[in-house]
Amino acid sequence: MSHHIVEVCDLRYCYPDGTEALSGVNFCIHHGESVAVVGANGAGKSTLLLHLNGCLAPTVGRVRIGDNPLTPATLQQVRRTVGMVFQDPDDQLFLPTVYDDVAFGPLNLSLPLEEVDTRVRHALNTVNCEHLSSRPPYRLSGGEKRSVAIASVLAMRPDILVLDEPTSNLDPRARRKLINLLQGFKHTKIIASHDLDMVMDICDRTIILHKGKVLADGATRQIFTDDALLEQAHLERPLSLNHHGQIRVL
Amino acid sequence: MSKIDSSLFEIGFLDQLATKDTPLHLIDPRIKLITTLCFIITVVSYNHYDFAALVPLILYPLILSAAGQLPGPYLRRKILIASPFAILVGMFNPLFDQQTMLQIGTISISGGWISFASILLRFVLTVSAALILVASTGFASVCMALSRLGMPKVFSTQLLFLYRYIFVLTDEAQRMMRARSLRAFNKRGTGIKVYNSMLGQLLLRTMDRAQRIHRAMLCRGFTGDIRLNKELKIRTFDLVFFAGWLAFFIMVRSSNLPQAVGQLVLRITT
Repeated sequence: MSHHIVEVCDLRYCYPDGTEALSGVNFCIHHGESVAVVGANGAGKSTLLLHLNGCLAPTVGRVRIGDNPLTPATLQQVRRTVGMVFQDPDDQLFLPTVYDDVAFGPLNLSLPLEEVDTRVRHALNTVNCEHLSSRPPYRLSGGEKRSVAIASVLAMRPDILVLDEPTSNLDPRARRKLINLLQGFKHTKIIASHDLDMVMDICDRTIILHKGKVLADGATRQIFTDDALLEQAHLERPLSLNHHGQIRVL
Repeated sequence: MSKIDSSLFEIGFLDQLATKDTPLHLIDPRIKLITTLCFIITVVSYNHYDFAALVPLILYPLILSAAGQLPGPYLRRKILIASPFAILVGMFNPLFDQQTMLQIGTISISGGWISFASILLRFVLTVSAALILVASTGFASVCMALSRLGMPKVFSTQLLFLYRYIFVLTDEAQRMMRARSLRAFNKRGTGIKVYNSMLGQLLLRTMDRAQRIHRAMLCRGFTGDIRLNKELKIRTFDLVFFAGWLAFFIMVRSSNLPQAVGQLVLRITT
């Protein structure tokens, strides 16, 4: 598992009602890369992410995480490697206290209790939420919930972080804090988002999905200055990029 | 809708009470649970005409709520909210059972009224005991105690989730209600038909959410049981607490205390 490669080959997925959400997606992500997956609503971003740790099984095609192809036999191993942060933190935080929630993953890995405790404290410390540890998750603010949801994944010590719309519903300061936090992580990161300015800050590489296919895959700066391409994918040039492709200085 | 909101807030208040640090809060959840069960069994074991004999049992909720520093007005309000159920159960007793059981001067009291009063008293006793249990332990710990005492994991997990997501669910219901009332004019659009489809919508959303939660759980290695990083320990004090109350219940149940006290008073005065 030294390379943490995420490889997706000819991935197709049909929902049970017959809608084809992904129709042949190919890409390969290497160790330490930060990659954004952007695209219009319904382009298949979330569906794609759900394939990366086996929440959904492809109709056709295959997914490879590190040295293992994703199969039922390698599922547990893959889920330890790929940490997934869902869009709605309420889905992810289901236990009575923040501490219990962050400890849920490590306890399921059957780690000794002291190790679980160390990991929980470390994960909460990383996202600056130690003071919340005995609070019930439903009493937290949106930003706090998001941070705790990330901590709950960090406590599993994954090599690859997958985040679905991490900055949605956050106020500007909470968003900025989150961006700083993500920038500090050494993990391989795969981020689906509509927040293209955040993508500019965090991801060097961007994949545009359009109607279940990869429309473009390349350097973020290059893609976000290609207005025709953005238009086709129902996107807009981020505010921080002016028409010469330079970061605007205010 | 603000009513639902505030009453939910009050449920949340139970959790806040559970974080206090009194001797009652420190007792092992299992011991408190078993003691509460013993109390409830004692209360319901009485004959339906017994009223006076039950009165000494009031000491249990009174002492515990004092020891746990639980606010009386709050508990009373909670009991009052649930009271319509008990009143409905006993309401017809005075009508059907009109045989005179008790004569005080010229007033005769029928068996129906006595059994009605007995039902209400039992209701107050059992509900307050359950409230005190949750307010001094916390819902999650009660669930944990239940599963440690052998309740199947499926049920205790369900209970835990029910409690966790009741807030999310009511939030969702509330948003839907608000959206409807904003577009309903002159009571049009508030009929049963709209209500039906709203309920259906809520069910579908709930199922969707359940699926997402399950996914999130699987992603973190869920294999069927929820493990909490807490160790329960029964201390000597806990055992004394249990034994003391059990002795009290047995004493009250096996002898009619109020009657004995009454006779004693009579003997002294005559």
